[in-house]
Amino acid sequence: MSANMQEKEEINNDGWDGVVNDWASDRQTFDMPWGKLMMWIFLLSDTFIFSIFLTGYMTVRMSAVADWPNSSEVFALTIAGQHIPLLLIAIMTFILITSSGTMAMAVNFAYQGKRRTTFLLMLSTALLGASFVGMQAFEWTKLIVDEGVRPWSNPMGAAQFGASFFMITGFHGLHVTAGVIYLLVIANRVRRGYYEEKGYHIVEITGLYWHFVDLVWVFIFALFYLW
Amino acid sequence: MSQAVGQHHPISVYLKVWALLFVLSTMSYLVDYFHFQGYLRWTLVLIFMFLKAGLIVSIFMHIAWERLAVIYLLAIPPLAIVVLIILMSMESDYTFFTRNLFFGI
Repeated sequence: MSANMQEKEEINNDGWDGVVNDWASDRQTFDMPWGKLMMWIFLLSDTFIFSIFLTGYMTVRMSAVADWPNSSEVFALTIAGQHIPLLLIAIMTFILITSSGTMAMAVNFAYQGKRRTTFLLMLSTALLGASFVGMQAFEWTKLIVDEGVRPWSNPMGAAQFGASFFMITGFHGLHVTAGVIYLLVIANRVRRGYYEEKGYHIVEITGLYWHFVDLVWVFIFALFYLW
Repeated sequence: MSQAVGQHHPISVYLKVWALLFVLSTMSYLVDYFHFQGYLRWTLVLIFMFLKAGLIVSIFMHIAWERLAVIYLLAIPPLAIVVLIILMSMESDYTFFTRNLFFGI
């Protein structure tokens, strides 16, 4: 692999020439650990899954004849007598962004070899993720028990609201839950020094997954809650 | 090569992006809070959405520092999604039209 890199430095590596050189001749196309490439390909396929959900949601919403519920009001919270629209979703958004920040720092400290800091940052990322799932459970309970929304019906208007809401946020919540478990497993291994010899690429790979979960939420927040 | 030793960048970059993401999220929340409607709402929501997504992908997921071959691998397939979105919006417009015709609204 080092001979491979030596050779690459002699030929033009930038722009379109770089693309052609990377794909040409008998060698490794993507110069990265295989786990990282596989994670990227998984995330690409996941992009398609979420895009198809969101496109399906767009289709049923644009063609719905009945009124679509006003998400600003549906997801409002009343705290100390103050009625604040969309508050719960705003808090969830900030929690997820905070967790993305702690994850980015964890990747940085992992490559510096600071195991304890990395472990603590990954642990706080996982805890923030778990609190996100907790709030989502609260949100679902409110919608199912108080508002009577079901995947097949919705007393506030268009029935398609329930189907798209539970499908999209449910699938995203599932990703967050899986991410929390993934983070905890890797964080514990980092703490035990499991990667001292293998290197800390795994933290960056875990980070890619976690940032993707945050990325999907950016789209759900804008397209589902702010539309 | 940077990939071979892993992505390593100054912490200040992450902190700046982090702060920027907070600001952008607050601004998209304020769009709803101040009840902006119509095209203004849509433009602002989409601008903030794409800015946030761009920051997360380019800085947090390190795409800004990856090789062009990787960027093409990730950027070209989703173009199919754009086509799907255009087709489905035309289709749903048509469905909406025929439903209104049928229900006589």
